[in-house]
Amino acid sequence: MTVREAICEGLDEEMERDEAVYIIGEEVAQYQGAYKVTKGLYQKYGEKRVIDTPITEAGFTGLAVGSAFHDLRPVVEFMTINFSMQAIDHIVNSAAKQFYMSGGELACPIVFRGPNGYSAGTAAQHSQCFAAWFGAIPGLKVVAPYSSEDAKGLIKAAIRDPNPVMVLEHELMYGVSFPMSDEAQSKDWVVEIGKAKIEREGSDVTIITFSKEVGKALEAAEIMAAKGVSCEVVNLLSIRPIDREAIFKSVKKTGRCVTLEQGFPQHGVGAEIAAMIMESDTFNYLDAPMERVCGADIPTPYATELEIAVFPHVDDVIAAIERTTFRTIAA
Amino acid sequence: MIRLREMDTIFQNSQRQGRFSFYMTCRGEEAIPFGAATALESQDVVLAQYREQGVLMWRGFSLQQFSDQCYSNESDLGKGRQMPVHYGSRALNYQTISSCLGTQIPQAVGVAYSLKLSAANATDDGRETKKAVSLCFFGEGCSSTNDFHSGLNLSATLKCPVIFFCRNNGYAISTSVKEQYAGDGVISRAPGYGMAAIRVDGNDVFAVHAAVREARIYALENNAPILIEAMSYRCGHHSTSDDSFRYRSVEEVQHFANESDPLIRLQNFLKHHKYDNMTDDDFRIMVEDEKKAILYAMRKAERKPKPSLEDLFTDVYNEMPPSLKAQQNQLNEHIAKYPDSY
Repeated sequence: MTVREAICEGLDEEMERDEAVYIIGEEVAQYQGAYKVTKGLYQKYGEKRVIDTPITEAGFTGLAVGSAFHDLRPVVEFMTINFSMQAIDHIVNSAAKQFYMSGGELACPIVFRGPNGYSAGTAAQHSQCFAAWFGAIPGLKVVAPYSSEDAKGLIKAAIRDPNPVMVLEHELMYGVSFPMSDEAQSKDWVVEIGKAKIEREGSDVTIITFSKEVGKALEAAEIMAAKGVSCEVVNLLSIRPIDREAIFKSVKKTGRCVTLEQGFPQHGVGAEIAAMIMESDTFNYLDAPMERVCGADIPTPYATELEIAVFPHVDDVIAAIERTTFRTIAA
Repeated sequence: MIRLREMDTIFQNSQRQGRFSFYMTCRGEEAIPFGAATALESQDVVLAQYREQGVLMWRGFSLQQFSDQCYSNESDLGKGRQMPVHYGSRALNYQTISSCLGTQIPQAVGVAYSLKLSAANATDDGRETKKAVSLCFFGEGCSSTNDFHSGLNLSATLKCPVIFFCRNNGYAISTSVKEQYAGDGVISRAPGYGMAAIRVDGNDVFAVHAAVREARIYALENNAPILIEAMSYRCGHHSTSDDSFRYRSVEEVQHFANESDPLIRLQNFLKHHKYDNMTDDDFRIMVEDEKKAILYAMRKAERKPKPSLEDLFTDVYNEMPPSLKAQQNQLNEHIAKYPDSY
C-alpha cells in the first residue's frame, strides 16, 4: 500500500467513525487533492464534509479553527506546508494557544496536514522543511510519518487527538509502497503521538531522523553493516512532544549519535536533540561528539545540480557515521 | 449602559493608579454591544474584538467576574493567563478574546458553519434544535486585514449564518477613517461579496437592536452572511497605552460627546417618553448604585490571592506531556527547597 493510500484510508476510517470530522482545503473535493490524497472522499461524504475553498489559506484555516472551537473536528489540507505560512497566525496564535488562554474552555481538535520537506525541482518557496518551525510552538503537536503504517496510524491518532496536530507528510513519499501488517490494516490502528520507533536495532551508533530521511538512514545502516558498524535507526515519528526517553535510551546504549534531517541546521531538530543530550546525563555516555546532517543553510535552488548539492544524501550520512565512530573524544 | 460606562471609568482610573496593567473602554459606543446583545438569543455565539464587554455584561457576566479577570486573581476564569479585557465564557457563548486583530472573522464563519451543520443534522434526525447564528465584532480598522476579506468571502461562498458587525468608530488607534479606506466605508464591500448589508446609527441603541434583529432573521432564513456597519465615535482613547489627544483635538471629542452620546440619547428618550416617570434624579441614583457595586467587586478582586502555580503548565495540552511534567516537578522541587522565598 502506498503512503498516499494509507493516509486516505486513515481519513476515510475516521470520517466514518466520527461525523464531526470534515476535510477542508483547496482542490480537496472534486479534484481529490493536488496530490490525490483525498481520493474518493468527496464522492463518499459529499460537499458538507469535503469542502473546496477559495484560494485563501488564512481564510479556510481560520474557518476551520473556529469550527474546531465549536464541536467540529476539521482536517485542513495545505497543498504544500509552505502555504501554511499564509495561515500561520491561526495555527500558532489561535489553534495552539486558545486552550491555554481560555483557561481550558476552548479546545481545538484540529489536524493540519500536507507535504513538507524538499521535493524535486520546486525551488525555494516549495521545497523546505518546517518541522523545526512548528516544533517550537507549545500547544501544537507535530508528527511526521515515514512508512504507510506510520502515515495511517498517525493521521488517525491526529484526528482523534483533542489537541491541534500538524502532520508533516512528504511529497516524494506519497507514491512509495510499504507492506502493511494485519494490525495496521485494522480500523483500530493508531500510532501513539509522542513515541519514537526503533526502525533498526544496532549497537555502535544511533541515527535519529524522521520522514523521508528514515529511508536514507536505513540505507546507510545497511552499507555500514557491511563495514562492520552496527547502526540503530530511530524514527522520531513525533517532533513535538519529542520522545526524549527513546533518544536517551538509544544514545546511552550506542554511545554515538548522528541526527539526519532535511531542514536548515540553525535551530533545527538536530540542534534540539544535541541540546537535550548535553543537558542530561546522556552526555556522559557519548564516546564522540554527535554529528548533525542537515539541509544546507540557504534557500533551496532550482537547478538540479544545485538542488542535489543542498540536501542530505546517503553518502553524507555515511561520512557522518564514519566520523563519529572512528573518532573518540580523547583523540 | 450606565453600568458599563461606570465600570469603564473606574477600571480605567484603576489602571492609571497602577492596580492593573491595561484597560480598554468602549466610551461613546455603549449602544452597540447592548443593542446587539438584546437582539440575539443566548445560543448565538459571539466572537468579539475587545471593546464589546457590554455583550458579556448583558449575558450575565458579573461585575465580580470582570474585576477578577482584570486583576488576574485566582477566580479569573482565564487562570491569569490573559491581559485585562480578554474575557471569555463558554457558558455565555462568548469566545475568549484573541489579541490578534481579525482572526475572529474567519473563525466566526467556522462557528457558523458548525451551527448550520448541527441545525441541519438535527432536522434530518427529526430533533428540535434552537437555530443559532454567530456574530462577529470588529472595528473599521480591521476591515483592512487579510482575515476580513477571506472571512467575508468564505462566508458567502459557503453560505454560513454569520452576522459581521463592524463598529465604525472613526479611529484605529490613531489612524482615522480617511487613512483607512478610500471608498464608502465598510458597507460598500458587501455587494462585492454578494452579501446583504445594513448601515445603522451605532449610537442609537434601538436602531442597533433593530438592525441585528433583522440581520439574525435574514441570516437564519437564508443560511447566509450579512454585514452591519454601525457608525459611531470612539470617545475614549484606544487603550490605556494611548493618548488620543496627540492625533485629534479635544474639541472634536467634545463635539461627539455632547451631540451624540448614546447614553444621553437613551436617557433623553426615556425622559421624553416618561418611561417609568424617570427623572434626572433616578439616573443619578442608578449611577451611584453602580459605582458602589463596582467598587465593592473591585476591592474584593484586589484582595483575592493570585492564580496558583499549579495551573502554570496545565491546558497547554489536554494531557501534560512528559517534558512539561518534568518542568513542573523541577519547579515544585525548587519551591520546596526555598520555602521562605515563595
